[in-house]
Amino acid sequence: MFGSAVIVFREVIEAALIIGILAAATRSVPNRNRWLLAGVVTGLVGSALVAVSTDAISAMADGVGQEILNSAILGVAVLMLAWHNIWMASHGKALAISAKAVGAAIQEGQKERSILLVVVGLAVLREGSETVLFLYGILASEGTGASPVWLGGVVGILAGVGVGYALYAGLLRVPTRWFFAATGVLVLLLAAGMASQAAHFLIQADLLPSLTAPIWDTSAMLPEGSMAGMLLHSLAGYDPRPAGMQVIVYAVTLATIGLGMKLANSSRTQ
Amino acid sequence: MPFNPCLATGYLRAAGSTLTMAAMLCVMTATAADGEYALTIQDHRFQPAELVVPSSKKIRLSVENRDATPEEFESHDLNREKIIAGKSIATIYVGPLPPGRYRYFGEYNEETAQGVIIAQ
Repeated sequence: MFGSAVIVFREVIEAALIIGILAAATRSVPNRNRWLLAGVVTGLVGSALVAVSTDAISAMADGVGQEILNSAILGVAVLMLAWHNIWMASHGKALAISAKAVGAAIQEGQKERSILLVVVGLAVLREGSETVLFLYGILASEGTGASPVWLGGVVGILAGVGVGYALYAGLLRVPTRWFFAATGVLVLLLAAGMASQAAHFLIQADLLPSLTAPIWDTSAMLPEGSMAGMLLHSLAGYDPRPAGMQVIVYAVTLATIGLGMKLANSSRTQ
Repeated sequence: MPFNPCLATGYLRAAGSTLTMAAMLCVMTATAADGEYALTIQDHRFQPAELVVPSSKKIRLSVENRDATPEEFESHDLNREKIIAGKSIATIYVGPLPPGRYRYFGEYNEETAQGVIIAQ
């Protein structure tokens, strides 16, 4: 039971942290909860489909279909997060502060909703399909010992959701004047981390050169399996043994979105 | 069969603005297909449990899962993670590796599914 709780927790926490940050970042968007829920449900349905077709997906592209799917999912999520952050830097603050801009807020809020729907859906899809496969595998091989596995799975899900909710609740306590900066930085790190993971999958599929792997090794200091390593991995893409290409992709993503935010922000204030 | 990244273009195109990247990948086709090595999963164990590969060369690992249940090939040492569906074969590229021992395991059955790749 403990084993399954830990594995499920590891999968769930990643999606839960992403959802926690996005839920906080879109707190002023009308009907936000409905769209968030729609994202979770879409993601769950999608993950069941992916789990069922793992066989077919793996066999695609000469055995590396899984990596291509994963990096495509991550790539789309990075683009959406970049869009969210740059848009927020140019309009978000003004909209949230000025009540007059309600009409515009609703219109712009629709863009935010679709971002919420897609990113939450993709996060659940990615982590959910692995959870489904794992639980299915255990159930199929153990037969009679099913209920402790389910119990462990439920414990893992609850613990993961709890951590995500704690992050969300913590972010809501951040004072308004720091709030946009705080969620902006978190989304920026999230996007850079996802871009680095996407690069990692493409390296694993031999579609990108690794440019020295690993370029450094901090696994003795901070293993990814540890609680801190896991949190840092989910929040900022921490990888104890990154390839050179991952570091480049991370830095370029960070710089590009950061620059976009800065430009959008300064064009607003001028 | 050597891997042709150009086949991947269709999937990448689905992701939208990744076209330029896909085009770039096709240029790099020549880098693929070095030494190929096979692992088998049966009764939640890896065979051979010790696999010797040359160091400083890119390796194409072909992992066949003969069990009916899925397994996740995972290695912290190699920084690799991949799900292998029941009764199927998956491809994982690793390296070029410096000489040394690289442990890996099956995350879904960690007690029995253990192995090591020795690069020399």
